Amino acid sequence: MSELSPNDIVIAQANAAQSGPVRDALTGRADIMAMTQATHDAALKPGDPGGLSHGERAALAARVARLNADNKLAAHYMALLEETGAGDDISAMADPAHKGNGNTRQAALLTYTDLVSTHPRDTTPEDIEALKSAGVSDADIVRLSELNAFLAYQIRVIAGLKLMKATA
Amino acid sequence: MNTILHEFTTKIPGWRPRVQPIKLDEATPEQLDALKVTPSNTKVSDYVLVLANDVETLKVRTPLFNAIMYNRGGMGRAERELSAVGASVVNRCVYCAAVHASRYNQLTKDEEAMQRIFADGEDAALDERQKAIFLFAAKLSKAPSEATEEDMQALRAAGLKDDEILDLILSASLFGWANRLMHTLGDPVVEEQ
Repeated sequence: MSELSPNDIVIAQANAAQSGPVRDALTGRADIMAMTQATHDAALKPGDPGGLSHGERAALAARVARLNADNKLAAHYMALLEETGAGDDISAMADPAHKGNGNTRQAALLTYTDLVSTHPRDTTPEDIEALKSAGVSDADIVRLSELNAFLAYQIRVIAGLKLMKATA
Repeated sequence: MNTILHEFTTKIPGWRPRVQPIKLDEATPEQLDALKVTPSNTKVSDYVLVLANDVETLKVRTPLFNAIMYNRGGMGRAERELSAVGASVVNRCVYCAAVHASRYNQLTKDEEAMQRIFADGEDAALDERQKAIFLFAAKLSKAPSEATEEDMQALRAAGLKDDEILDLILSASLFGWANRLMHTLGDPVVEEQ
């Protein structure tokens, strides 16, 4: 059985490290919490990022957190974005009001992210075709989907833990 | 001829990728390791071959998925499947819903709950505990802000303990992940007769 790491992002975000019933439940699933942290690192800071840079990943993550009204998590990803040293053109992607400014590839990444993060049920084959048409490779489409999918998971675990704590 | 399936079913359909799966004979050692390909196990689904395009995430996601759905203790396996179905119905992932509804049916030997869920969604007539689990998973899936303290109280009133509630949160959230891959990177298909 692994130990619970209070600095793991979902635990820190939900303030779930202090002793009590939520901490006890998390300790019983310490292995899952460690794996959750490992998936964060793989989705945000992979050794081989392919065509989706660390900066773009952090900016998209901040955007998705904001689309889900989680400003504390957005702040985490803005700090990560800062660490990547990404330029203004990439940092702009973190703002949900920014739609790509005429950059075809970036606009396609943002359109897809906005749809999948908030209305995954409405996705169609055309949404994948739009990414391909904008020059996004098949492998990068999978990387983008995994990033979005991971964030959907992480945001919900944090929201659930907050509710658990509030009603413990 | 394959046609795309749009209706929920407990009969597991095929899955046709919208992006190129990796070719097994061109896979890197890291990909083969993540795919758990061994000389005695060379069968890998198109879905997993698609995900192998992002091998670093696949490598850590598979053990996470198995731990959340199958680890001992906490909420029972059938109820984790119910939670997975709650997310998959909201996200309209017909493939995921079929797999996990059929697992629920196998585990419980009860096909009626899934029939009601597929017919009536959140209005499905379920017992108190099933209903609390299904509705929490559905609401958390729609948007994190949709799930409320009242939903959490309903879970506690239905008898769920903290360790079970944590497993519910984890399994519903996990399908926020799985649905966003399965439903976006390919289509559920049936062979036309």
